[in-house]
Amino acid sequence: MTTITPNIIAEHGLTAEEYQRVLDILGRAPNLTELGIFSVMWSEHCSYKSSKKWLKTLPTSAPWVIQGPGENAGVIDIGDDLTAVFKMESHNHPSFIEPYQGAATGVGGILRDVFTMGARPVANLNALRFGAPDHPKTRHLISGVVAGIGGYGNCVGVPTVGGEVNFHPDYNGNILVNAMTVGIAPADRIFYSKASGVGNPVVYVGSKTGRDGIHGATMASAEFNADSEEKRPTVQVGDPFTEKLLIEACLELMATDVIVAIQDMGAAGLTSSSFEMASKGGLGVELTLDRVPMREEGMTPYELMLSESQERMLMVLEPGKEPVAEAIFRKWGLDFAVIGHLTDTGRMVLTWNGETVADLPIDPLAEAAPEYDRPWEPTPPAPVVDAADVPEVPWTEALPALMGSPDLASRRWIWEQYDHMVMGDTVQRPGGDAAVVRIHGSERGLAMTTDCTPRYVRADPVMGGRQAVAEAWRNLTAAGARPLAVTDNMNFGNPEKPLIMGQFVGACQGLAEACRALDFPVVSGNVSLYNETEGRAIPPTPTIGGVGVIDDLDRMATVTFKAPGEAIVVIGERPDTRESGWLGQSLYLRELCGREEGAPPPVDLEHERHVGDVVRGLIQAGRVSACHDVSDGGLLVAVAEMALAGDMGAALTLAAPSAAALFGEDQGRYVVTVPAEGVTGLLAELGTLARHIGDTGGTGPDAAITLGGAEVALSDLRAAHEGWLPGVMGA
Amino acid sequence: MKARVHVTLKPGVLDPQGKAIANALHSLGFDGVKEARQGKVIDLDLDDTDAEAARARVDDMCRQLLANTVIETYRIEVDP
Amino acid sequence: MKSAVIVFPGSNCDRDVAVSLEQTTGRPPVMHWHADPALPEDLDLVVVPGGFSYGDYLRCGAMAAHAAAMTGVRKAAERGVAVLGICNGFQVLCETGLLPGALMRNRDLRFLCKDVHLRVETTDTLFTGHYAPGQVIRIPIAHHDGNYVADLATQCALEDEDRVVFRYCDPAGKVTEDANPNGSLDNIAGILSEERTVLGLMPHPERLADPRLGGTDGRPLFASLLEALS
Repeated sequence: MTTITPNIIAEHGLTAEEYQRVLDILGRAPNLTELGIFSVMWSEHCSYKSSKKWLKTLPTSAPWVIQGPGENAGVIDIGDDLTAVFKMESHNHPSFIEPYQGAATGVGGILRDVFTMGARPVANLNALRFGAPDHPKTRHLISGVVAGIGGYGNCVGVPTVGGEVNFHPDYNGNILVNAMTVGIAPADRIFYSKASGVGNPVVYVGSKTGRDGIHGATMASAEFNADSEEKRPTVQVGDPFTEKLLIEACLELMATDVIVAIQDMGAAGLTSSSFEMASKGGLGVELTLDRVPMREEGMTPYELMLSESQERMLMVLEPGKEPVAEAIFRKWGLDFAVIGHLTDTGRMVLTWNGETVADLPIDPLAEAAPEYDRPWEPTPPAPVVDAADVPEVPWTEALPALMGSPDLASRRWIWEQYDHMVMGDTVQRPGGDAAVVRIHGSERGLAMTTDCTPRYVRADPVMGGRQAVAEAWRNLTAAGARPLAVTDNMNFGNPEKPLIMGQFVGACQGLAEACRALDFPVVSGNVSLYNETEGRAIPPTPTIGGVGVIDDLDRMATVTFKAPGEAIVVIGERPDTRESGWLGQSLYLRELCGREEGAPPPVDLEHERHVGDVVRGLIQAGRVSACHDVSDGGLLVAVAEMALAGDMGAALTLAAPSAAALFGEDQGRYVVTVPAEGVTGLLAELGTLARHIGDTGGTGPDAAITLGGAEVALSDLRAAHEGWLPGVMGA
Repeated sequence: MKARVHVTLKPGVLDPQGKAIANALHSLGFDGVKEARQGKVIDLDLDDTDAEAARARVDDMCRQLLANTVIETYRIEVDP
Repeated sequence: MKSAVIVFPGSNCDRDVAVSLEQTTGRPPVMHWHADPALPEDLDLVVVPGGFSYGDYLRCGAMAAHAAAMTGVRKAAERGVAVLGICNGFQVLCETGLLPGALMRNRDLRFLCKDVHLRVETTDTLFTGHYAPGQVIRIPIAHHDGNYVADLATQCALEDEDRVVFRYCDPAGKVTEDANPNGSLDNIAGILSEERTVLGLMPHPERLADPRLGGTDGRPLFASLLEALS
């Protein structure tokens, strides 16, 4: 029996104070297995000990919210007795260590969170942040992460339809891989993790348990020697084929009435799944660990409880229904084992070779989970950049440069490696504002997007938090969808530093304000802290995944210019800033002037909501032929993106346009195209909210964007836009 | 008894992965690499006791499943 | 027309092609489980769908080629039942020997999902009667291993016997190296068996057979089958 030394306690990430709490709860010293369980359950990942206080401030309810945060994924009502089930989760550190497997298992984990709830996954999205494009590691990381996402998603047969990618040197040592899955489930068949029924069997299904992902830090304890270290991989390897079988087997079983509760074995494996199920049900659980299907010989209870082997699920079944479930899992060639049962003791009891190897009270352990009110400092306000102090680069130079810059260049090289069409319902492929997937067998659609502008969040966490939510809402709106709810993936540095904690607090405040103002509640999420390398934190990155519904796919909008001679109209400009434009934190300032500075553009939530509702109304009434939100790069970039998508030029009529007016990143704006016959009416109706800035026209080799007597050929823009990423990747 | 099967592309069949490996080696400065060919290794743990019988059985496995003889060739090592 | 779709563990375009078959023929196909060697009676068409059968962990299609259901598919093919292999299905048919040649890793080593243009090389088939000879169609591909190879004798036989059904081409119909997405021999995207009743192709006609998805160039393939087999 291993003696618990201060060293072992520290290696399990528990503070002296937290260990004292362990002693108080047990009334004795824990053994190593028990210590391992405490360390997992009280880890930041499971307990949200630094973030919980602030996450509670986020709005999480609305009439259409069926399940908010706290389950495997959030659930919203999308009409027709169907629900959308979705969540986003990070796999940052594993993806930096081993990009292919790290990203692949990230996709696998988030898929399980969604089908655990009874939903068939219908789409994946990925929000990725890499370091500087010319950093020696970046290329390797991009190629591994993209191949890993594709390798997993393509094989399980769930389309990867969207996401976003940013580059910034402050991600050099700490990339972000945030994976989101959206699924659809019948409203009367949602499955939860709350266990019930004393005596009910606890069943293990899926892959066998190996020594995957058991953390390096825990390997130093006396039980382990050099030999065991060699056979204990800490990089988890994904098996998408097994995941595909697990999806089909679970959904087949869910169509029967034998599941009481179900939980996937995520980052904390068997420990947190069994613990959470019992805890939510106010019950106890007894597991016979010898029955756990094992991949390797000589595994210990400690390893079984802490293993992060992938593609595994834990279920509580109705009594006597084991054969029904077993037949289904055997048919799909998956492991199935009854490993224990529920009890009324309120304790988790683990046995191994007939001996009790752990005996822990469930409620006290959950209730005593640490929760910190960490000291925080607000980010000092950044000065507003005066456009008059910013050099004017002629638009004919600035536009191609921006279109071929790292954060705006085409991501085609990435999404062509993802099967974005499998399942036969992808009605808006990657590259637009939001991806749209048809609800199978209907003429309705789900729109989805992921958004965050980290440079805004760093400059002003509150405003940046607002902007992330507003942009997600805007992207859904631009497709003609009714935005319904979000999932948040909070990626930050070390919360023990007050300024970092202040970023988190500020971002939560901004998120909460925007979610409230836009009726866009948070239904699920994930927090990833300590994203630092050598003391340097990543830019704060609260990624927002938004989901909305399109009630009639005939009334869906795309960014593509449709026909020549249509009016290009910008909607949502504020009359007072129309000519000035906000250059602080803009890509123009960063890419063309080498300055990443200033306050980010303000987000006026009332204005945002009003403009969005107007635009959505126009789309739903069939009055606009294309729609695109104005975000990174500003107005002219938005127009150029629409032109490229439609392979059609634009003649703009803006008078004496300044860089600020063309490339300022003022929020709450959309560009739409309007067939000629509808323009006058629309402009009259919208008054100062709308401005006619030119007309579409010109196709083929001569297509160009013209403005003020100058022009840029679409072919040049396309070369810059499409050429950048393949150039970086050497292919 | 252990057997190891080496599966490689037949000579003359274009090997894009091998080509990529050779290119990568060149870019690392390994100039003397004329060609790289890649393949896979499959280790089998067999209950056979007779090496010749084992070899014959593994040969059968290769022809039926482990190698695609349209494009691949294989080599068997039996380790008694 | 009575059709069946073989479902392997890891198939993931089985539902997609079933939808297309039902939309075109008005009749849903039988979804046939891989472990069952006996195919339904009176079949007119068997579809081996896309996906990652058995994870494609050894070699694409290699393990599926040995599934019990493939015994039934082989027998059906011998009786003259039409067999359509799409993407992974094409790989499976090559592995079973129902079609000649093999599909290797894409030239650029990456999975590739995008619309490509195909030239219809022959309309003298059960599968392409509703296309015009030389017609250029737009159909998506989604594969990692679509690089068709065959020995010289096979290559000649395919040409001489008019068994190349689709070739990758540019939007104007020119068969060029730039239009070849994966390095396939002679830009081959789909081929027929000697008896002309088995078609394997890498592109996914079922993915552009519905205007909502952005195109319908895949639909005539199913319509051709319906007319030829009813």
